[in-house]
Amino acid sequence: MLDTLILSRIQFAANISFHILFPTITIALAWIIVFFKLRYDQTDNPVWMRAYRFWVKVFALTFALGVVSGITMSFQFGTNWPGFMARVGNIAGPLLGYEVLTAFFLEATFLGIMLFGINRVPSKVHTFSAFVVAIGTTLSAFWIIALNSWMQTPSGFELRDGVAYPESWLAIIFNASFPYRLTHMLLASGLTAAFFVAGISAYRILKGDPKRAPRLALKTGLVLAAVFIPIQIFVGDLHGLNTFKYQPQKVAAMEGVWETERGAPLLLFAIPDGEKKTNHFEIAIPKMASFILTHDLNGEIKGIEEFPNDHPPVAPVFFAFRIMVGMGILMLAVAWGGCYLLWRRKELPNWALKTLVGMTFAGWVATLAGWYVTEIGRQPWLVTGVLKTADAVTQIPPSHVGFSLTLYLLVYVILLYAYIHTLKVMALKSVKVEEFETKEPLAGGSLTNLPKSTQEQSKGESHE
Amino acid sequence: MNEAASSAAYWLPVVFIGLMGLAVLVYAILDGYDLGVGILLPLGKEDEPQRDTMIASIGPFWDANETWLVLAIGLLLIAFPIAHNLVLMHLYIPAAIMLVGLILRGVAFDFRAKAAVGHKLAWDRTFKAGSIITSLAQGYMLGQYVMGFQPGWQAQLFSAVSALGVTAAYSYMGSAWLVLKTESLLQERAVRWARRAGRATLLGVVSVSTINPLVNPAVFDRWFSYPLVMFVLLIPTLCFLAFIFNDLLLARLPKANDRHSALPFTLVVTIFLMCFIGLAFSFFPDIVPGQLNIWQAASATASLKFILVGALIVVPIILIYTAFSYYVFRGKASELHYH
Repeated sequence: MLDTLILSRIQFAANISFHILFPTITIALAWIIVFFKLRYDQTDNPVWMRAYRFWVKVFALTFALGVVSGITMSFQFGTNWPGFMARVGNIAGPLLGYEVLTAFFLEATFLGIMLFGINRVPSKVHTFSAFVVAIGTTLSAFWIIALNSWMQTPSGFELRDGVAYPESWLAIIFNASFPYRLTHMLLASGLTAAFFVAGISAYRILKGDPKRAPRLALKTGLVLAAVFIPIQIFVGDLHGLNTFKYQPQKVAAMEGVWETERGAPLLLFAIPDGEKKTNHFEIAIPKMASFILTHDLNGEIKGIEEFPNDHPPVAPVFFAFRIMVGMGILMLAVAWGGCYLLWRRKELPNWALKTLVGMTFAGWVATLAGWYVTEIGRQPWLVTGVLKTADAVTQIPPSHVGFSLTLYLLVYVILLYAYIHTLKVMALKSVKVEEFETKEPLAGGSLTNLPKSTQEQSKGESHE
Repeated sequence: MNEAASSAAYWLPVVFIGLMGLAVLVYAILDGYDLGVGILLPLGKEDEPQRDTMIASIGPFWDANETWLVLAIGLLLIAFPIAHNLVLMHLYIPAAIMLVGLILRGVAFDFRAKAAVGHKLAWDRTFKAGSIITSLAQGYMLGQYVMGFQPGWQAQLFSAVSALGVTAAYSYMGSAWLVLKTESLLQERAVRWARRAGRATLLGVVSVSTINPLVNPAVFDRWFSYPLVMFVLLIPTLCFLAFIFNDLLLARLPKANDRHSALPFTLVVTIFLMCFIGLAFSFFPDIVPGQLNIWQAASATASLKFILVGALIVVPIILIYTAFSYYVFRGKASELHYH
């Protein structure tokens, strides 16, 4: 019943879902941390240093989870999807290689200095390390999204005996959907980190933290979210148009359009039925889907029927898309509402803080839903038009995959619980720390506090 | 033109197997010492300060160390995709177990410092268990690889010996690292660990290098063909001398003013280097022993050229800033104040 293909797909989905949680936070959190450090360098206000130190610790923890789950990812290609590398390895290989070479090393090595080097290197070198780590996380996203986009809209290659050979690396990297996907993903990370920072800061304030640092971090998160969310909606729309052009079957599934139609309605809710090829319980806005996708009330949208045996399963794509958009709208309301309250009252009321705590992981929900739309939406293809998922899977027995899948799931559940629990513990610990205390209680582990004078000295030394 | 292309098709795989070898060797040394520190972690209640120092000694480095594994497996994937598929298909289960070990270890490291105080010991146990699981799995996979993935109990037995051997070797590296990075009581303890681990490693190396040529006739021929034998026997000789000398040295450590505390680590690196050269010499140019050579497994020449440009720029930079990072965190680990 459960064969190697389906088990491998579940395993890959589990691995990538677990992995993506952490880079989604760290890509943007790295830049938020650079911002805190730069503000400190500029103003010499120790509050920024305290914000910096707390978030660096959160970053380190999150990064560690990203690294270990990323290593698991890099093994998946060989263990479960040998056909992938055999057929498109000439293209996927170098892109993955550049990810490891440029990004991963940059992050991992400079992270040591960023975390532990605070009184071993001059302040400027330290700021520079944080900056390099941020560049590394972003480059990492660049290469991975380049590969993923290429799998969605491949270009710049030639097929010989079913094997892809590179023709133009520029065309491979800057393929049709790459700019949209990269921007969409970076903004998704920005929003995830913004709500994450705001949520944890709100939790600290609710628990009675009287300090300035969590308030500044909360404000940073909220403002960032408020700025990013409209841009994200705009970019998401462009991305949708791009998908409509290159992967119409995916859009048909997202919109729940079974038969090609003009003036297609926008379904707010429905239950797609793959057997009968229709929707139940539709709640719709007439003509809106056509309008959004073609900018014409009577524009034509191709239905699932046009792609016999070559379209994704409708229901999961349809629902995942609605969850993503729904989260986006919720984020918009909360971010703008929060900013308004902050502007009028300077301090958020408890109910607003609680809302933010509830939204701490909102970015995860939206990002995962978005990934399911795009990844399930590509099925049955692994590389659109080049390689089917079923042709890439390994020959190993299902029991082996069953074993590894169980092992991974068990570990992931424990780690996710431990991660969230530890964030809570870290937040609670930081509530008790004095604002300008120069000694960090054991909590840190990673950072020693730097008395202002020492830092002045190291600044001085660097000038000599 | 055609000739140039075919010569590129000849030397590119050689360059990439060289780079991959470098990545594997650097990984074995760097993650070797931090896995070793994890394996040696004492778990008694009274050992907590020593555990803190031990973990502090690898704190700034472990992330970067582990990245060499990603580079090695990445290069295999990029440059020799067919070999990557074949190797990982055979090593599916041990690779999954190793990954779980690496995951547990990597996160325990961070959780221990940040979790509630009462959970610290639990994370330390996880750290130790993860390190042992990872080392055993890697050693087992090395054994399977050397045996060319043959089925049967002999291959299993060899892999089991290899698993224990690699775990002993990592402990050896880890304890030598601690001799270098720690002082007073912990350093004395590390010296004792190093002596024991060194002897266990010697036993492992001797049994693996005796069994390997006996079961692989091709390896036997390569090692024992005259006149090359005069030259290649330098490898085991140097290796053996390093073991002996280190054992004698450790018996005299620690010395006043911390003299010679870096020497054991250097000697263990020498041992790793010799074992690595020995393995490479046994199998080159095969990438899967007896089944596949590097030219049969290589990617398209255009892909290799594209990634080579990046590798030639980036690998030296990585080496430079790795050195910089070790320079920044030089000195005894206890100087990393944890409170």
